[in-house]
Amino acid sequence: MGKLLIHQNLVNSEIAEKLIKLCPFGSIEYRDGNLDIDAGCKMCRICVKKGPNGVIEYVEEQAPKVDKMAYSGIAVYVDHWEGKIHPVTYELIGKAKDLAAKVSYPVYCVFLGYQIFESAEDLLFYGVDKVFIYDYKELEHFRIEPYTAAFEDFINIVKPSSILIGATTIGRSLAPRIAARFRTGLTADCTKLDIKDNSDLIQIRPAFGGNIMAQIITPNSRPQIATVRYKIMTAPKKTAKPSGEIVVCSMDTAKLDSDVEVLKVTKKAHEENISESEIIVVAGRGIKTKKDMALAYELAEVLGGNFAGTRPMVEAGWIDAKKQIGLSGRTVKPKLIITLGISGAVQFTAGMQSADFIFAINKDPKAAIFSVAHYALIGDIYEIVPRLIKNIKLIKGLIGEIPKYSAPSSMN
Amino acid sequence: MEIIVCIKQVPGTSKVQVDPVTGVLMRDGIDTKMNPYDLYALETAVRLREKHGGHVKVISMGPKQALDVIREAFMLGADEGLLVSDRKFAGADVLATSYALSQGIRKMGEFDMLLTGKQTTDGDTAQVGPEIAEYLEIPHISNVLKIIEVTNKSVTVEMDMPDTIELVKVTYPCLLSVEKDIFAPRLPSFKKKTETKDREIRIIGLNDMEDKDEKRYGLSGSPTQVERIFPPDDNVDKETWEGSGEELADRLSDKLKELKFI
Repeated sequence: MGKLLIHQNLVNSEIAEKLIKLCPFGSIEYRDGNLDIDAGCKMCRICVKKGPNGVIEYVEEQAPKVDKMAYSGIAVYVDHWEGKIHPVTYELIGKAKDLAAKVSYPVYCVFLGYQIFESAEDLLFYGVDKVFIYDYKELEHFRIEPYTAAFEDFINIVKPSSILIGATTIGRSLAPRIAARFRTGLTADCTKLDIKDNSDLIQIRPAFGGNIMAQIITPNSRPQIATVRYKIMTAPKKTAKPSGEIVVCSMDTAKLDSDVEVLKVTKKAHEENISESEIIVVAGRGIKTKKDMALAYELAEVLGGNFAGTRPMVEAGWIDAKKQIGLSGRTVKPKLIITLGISGAVQFTAGMQSADFIFAINKDPKAAIFSVAHYALIGDIYEIVPRLIKNIKLIKGLIGEIPKYSAPSSMN
Repeated sequence: MEIIVCIKQVPGTSKVQVDPVTGVLMRDGIDTKMNPYDLYALETAVRLREKHGGHVKVISMGPKQALDVIREAFMLGADEGLLVSDRKFAGADVLATSYALSQGIRKMGEFDMLLTGKQTTDGDTAQVGPEIAEYLEIPHISNVLKIIEVTNKSVTVEMDMPDTIELVKVTYPCLLSVEKDIFAPRLPSFKKKTETKDREIRIIGLNDMEDKDEKRYGLSGSPTQVERIFPPDDNVDKETWEGSGEELADRLSDKLKELKFI
């Protein structure tokens, strides 16, 4: 909360040149003896911290203070389709319980839909304190205005301090709408969450295209809203007995009006989803030709797993976009992941680093992938993988018994 | 059909590094381009205009360099452009960015459809579209796969959901976030480049907005704060294996067997 003041009387061409070089966004200009900052400024304040003393000053402005004590509890949005709860919901409940325990908060669920009471009962086996349900015909399909209105009603009544929403198709559409309605902060695709004693949520996510992590807080607004992708957090174990209670909420149905009409819903043919795989072999740019992708296919096949690729592989058209791991693709949390010739941009690693065992093979000992790998194999995939496949076949007693593997056409 | 498309100038490369000692961002040059996802939104708008008439206007926010993406949009068929640019908007997070854009859109006249791409390649958050829709009090549909029918009151689209495809009708004005591949974007036209090189682009700042309250824009209007930036964590329990291809392959298959993956 603040702005930058330029003390022009301290500026000369030498100082201006220093500042221009310092600004990582190229936003400082010097013209006719006048130093200026343009709209490209990101308020990183490097010019204040590292620049010539006192030339550019950061002036703190008093931010309106929110009464943090008026808000309590961590709420989880129950992501579902026709009452079938998306597993990301349970993962978020697990994280909400960790956070809530640190500040002695209750854990809430907010469940919006139609004929959802039975599904809501299942949530009571995961240690939540209260499940607030809004059960209306208008909420049968996900439509933005009625869903936002019901969520708004929940926030006004319950005043949760933090809200966790799955970064699913629905969550990514709903969360920003809620955040704007309450003029509060939203941090997308958090990979780590923690909480301060004063109830500020510590939100960590990859930033600036993915090679840097940013720690983000929402210090002067409530509720704080974060989205988290599926397979990032860990779901709690189902308890033997239910606990907590279901609160059925009622609201003015006039607020559930919508300009959106759902005319038809068509089920898609079942698609294999790499997020569900326990063993994944991932191909990266170390694979030289499309034909060589067969190495990855065959390794995945003999291990009984699935194969996937990085963004460049998708862009090259070597692999289907649904098989892409990373921030702009899918997040996976398999038991075993083997990466072949992948350099390891954060854009990619953010989508797979919570795997139980990560084996990375790369020729370059400095490859970034080795900083997330549990086993860093410095070597050539073209030497290692064929022999590895042979070894696995030997161990499995398969050698000589299976025909040479070739990728079925559906894999491309 | 009056259509507004939101476009953004993004870094041409994702190779941004942070100095681990000083925490300072290191950017190589200032290579920029139009956010690739926006090309699909713009193409959708131009095709709708070609079929139904009307105008395609583009809006962007950023420094004066962002005029380049508006010129590029002209080469791709846009009729008018507006740049929201003011140092007072610096340091804006999603909320303050969406607010400034929504205020800018209010200066562009009535519209039927507001189109955005799926997300940007530098933020990857896909949040700005829905927040703009909220500020403009209009409905939005994300993940639009196809435009099925356009009437003078509403548009019917196919929306991509995880397990289903929904056919959805929404009345104007509305915001649609379109998926990649809704239409194949055309190439920039040299003829249009020549035709539009002198076309004026309006630039507006805080003083042109309906809401001139400085506290709602830029860093001051941003509820989120970046406390620190840092390089990603290293995995501390790491084993590094070196050796010939054969040795590594044998060691790996032994380890996978030990871990019961084989």
